[in-house]
Amino acid sequence: MKELLRSWIEGETDPLEDLLDTSTREDQDREARKKISQEKIHRLEKDPKVQESVERVRKRFRKIYLAVAIISCISLSCVLLYTISLLPRYGAENPRATEVVSRYVEKGIEETGAVNIVSGMILDYRAFDTLGESHVLFTALICVMILLRIDRKNQRTGYEDYYTIRSDTYYDLSKDAILPLIGRILLPCILLYGIYILLNGQNSPGGGFSGGAVIGAGMILFSAAFGMKTADRFLTLKLCNMITFVSLAFYAFAKGYVFFMGANGLESHIPKGTPGAILSGGMILPLDIAVGLVVSVTMFGFYSLFRRGSIGMDVDYESFSSKRRKRPGGKKKS
Amino acid sequence: MNFIWNFPLFTVVLSLFSGPLCMMLKAKAARNYTIAYESVLTAMNACVLGYTLKTGSSFTYPMGEFPAPWGNEIRAGSLEALIALLFSVVLLCSVTAGYHFIRKDMDESKINLYFSVLNLMTAALMAMAWTNDVFTGYVFLEIMTLTSCGILIVREIGRTTLAAVRYMILNLMGSGLFLMGIVLLYDISGHLLMIPMRESLTEIVRDPAAVPAISMAIGIMTIGISIKSGLFPFYFWMPDTYGWATPTSGAVLSALVSKSYIFLLFKIYYRAIGIHVIEKTPIFQILFVLGICGMVVGSISAMHASTVNRMIAFSSAAQIGYIYMGIGLGTVAGFAAAMFQILAHALTKSLLFLTAPYLAEVSGDSLKFHALQGSARRDPLAGTLFSVGALSMVGIPVFAGFSAKLMFGQAAVLGGIHWRILTVLAALGVSSLLNALYFIRTLIRIYSDPDQSMKEPARKRPILDKSRIGFFLAGEVLTLLNVFLGLFSWMISDVIYKGLGMFL
Repeated sequence: MKELLRSWIEGETDPLEDLLDTSTREDQDREARKKISQEKIHRLEKDPKVQESVERVRKRFRKIYLAVAIISCISLSCVLLYTISLLPRYGAENPRATEVVSRYVEKGIEETGAVNIVSGMILDYRAFDTLGESHVLFTALICVMILLRIDRKNQRTGYEDYYTIRSDTYYDLSKDAILPLIGRILLPCILLYGIYILLNGQNSPGGGFSGGAVIGAGMILFSAAFGMKTADRFLTLKLCNMITFVSLAFYAFAKGYVFFMGANGLESHIPKGTPGAILSGGMILPLDIAVGLVVSVTMFGFYSLFRRGSIGMDVDYESFSSKRRKRPGGKKKS
Repeated sequence: MNFIWNFPLFTVVLSLFSGPLCMMLKAKAARNYTIAYESVLTAMNACVLGYTLKTGSSFTYPMGEFPAPWGNEIRAGSLEALIALLFSVVLLCSVTAGYHFIRKDMDESKINLYFSVLNLMTAALMAMAWTNDVFTGYVFLEIMTLTSCGILIVREIGRTTLAAVRYMILNLMGSGLFLMGIVLLYDISGHLLMIPMRESLTEIVRDPAAVPAISMAIGIMTIGISIKSGLFPFYFWMPDTYGWATPTSGAVLSALVSKSYIFLLFKIYYRAIGIHVIEKTPIFQILFVLGICGMVVGSISAMHASTVNRMIAFSSAAQIGYIYMGIGLGTVAGFAAAMFQILAHALTKSLLFLTAPYLAEVSGDSLKFHALQGSARRDPLAGTLFSVGALSMVGIPVFAGFSAKLMFGQAAVLGGIHWRILTVLAALGVSSLLNALYFIRTLIRIYSDPDQSMKEPARKRPILDKSRIGFFLAGEVLTLLNVFLGLFSWMISDVIYKGLGMFL
């Protein structure tokens, strides 16, 4: 031990030699030359016997992995179920626990002007949460756009979008016999129903999120049944961006205004209306419309991005696919 | 009511508005806008900090006309303002210094989307700093989860996509567990706002039969957050996530995102559940042990790393361990040390992540150690800034890392339990030694003689050229703050103690 310490201090041995990467470039070159023997390894990899044993190990690992996953899931579920059995009965002993809920139920209509207490709760009492929640969807849309939208970089290297672009011409649903016909009948009903859910959110179950989802589904059906090109005539990228931006900006500022006024004890001058009428619930209706627009555009955006990598015709994909055709599989490496 | 009371609300709404706005702008306009509004944010946070220090008390700001148990609210004290100020400063510096690489790493048409995602993340960071409501915390935690994957995948190489998918799955698992914890707590207490929740839980916990359910809820939440922030057994996603992201993302993810989760957890412990309830469960002891494991294991993993980025990322695991160890001490001094470590680590780690790629740039775009040999001589500015970060990480006096370690030591000694003092001091010693091993090694390497076999002739970059003015300024700001934190740690710890005093 003493000997080792002395030799370390004098610089003869380095106990950390294997631990830290202290190699120089020459060392690396030498390593690279050594790697030629790796060809041997490659040859071995193709050997059926070796492959078989590798496969066996892999299978064993997969079995163990599966067993561990199942056991941990089951034990977690058991623990959670046990915890639930320990929870107090609803509203049984502790009056504090139901204080908030009962206030929502008793005074909700009076204070928010909305018959649908859920709408009143999420858009008035706890509006800050919903302000965040409506931006969650937008965030998801932006992330999908980053991942899937075709850009110059993708056009340069892109193997990923090769398939997306092709699939649109591969199987065009608008040439189908059934879908356009059914679409023509269903579409007005779906859109109308969506608008009804959206506008009536303060009076009956529904509101921005659910109504927007229905309208978005209608838009998806439209572009599937009548072709992307028909949809491109009015659902351009610019329009979609504009709708999203205006709705979200309106939402943020309207809610910011209400928070500001409420916190500073000022009158916000937003009429509550008679509960039950279509124009009631103060800000709930305009906010529902804004959320509905964002949700529907986002739904359509997801569909469009997943199907062909763009919203609207912002990519000149005629020329893109012709360029591809010239060099089939030229850069298809992954 | 002072007008400054509105500032926390403004920071959140302004950031939320900036997200969609940047989608509409062109790349350069989006960058300029982001820098401008983040400066405004910094100024507002500084105002709030100054105001709360002056009045010596925190203020509660109802979101809308409905008061506490019914409507949302946010609350600002010195500690929240300090954390929010840190977030905005580091964001500003990361964007300014990393723009060069943002342009290099991603397509021109997607840069505005990147800023859009970054601004939404800013909104989430702000909201998590200010919130006084457990569920608001969850909503913005969700935005944080999505945006942190968004700023990762924007560099469209296979590695980041893979890292982002893994990060997403783990993050969602963490969010799910956290949500389950909130649901359980809500079911038990009937409240989502932090202070009514604590009052309700204090009453309930008198009945010992209620303790197991509460400790289960706390446990689930803690597991969720520790997955998301990378505590010891869950730190393996760090190198890929931080190491392959574009430098701005790497800096923001490691310096701010994981810290914001920890800050939210701490807020829930301290304000929504109450320390006396937590002390009925073994959570603090577990966090203490896991934190110390993280400190050692993270450093050992960093020593084995093959590239400098992976090394820095693994050292994050060690530094997160410090924070959890501080929380696990369970004393006010421990919490203060943990908060100080959040500040010190955020400033240091962002500096490291932002300078390492500049060193790689003059080394043939390779982050491997042998390529980096002599890189600090080729790029003296990046080399100097990297040294500042590395020395601070090791814990050399004058820099922030030293003061953080000192505070941990003091906190342990003040705690007064012998085995804890010994464990903390030993862990600090071992961890610092390990840190020194790999950071000093890197420093020696980047300053040693340039490799003669480099194919390109070694060209020296001037310290200040026109294209790098943003990097120069941001680097200087981070360095100065780092030294300030190191030299005047008593001032900052004073602010933290005051903040903790008005935290409840």
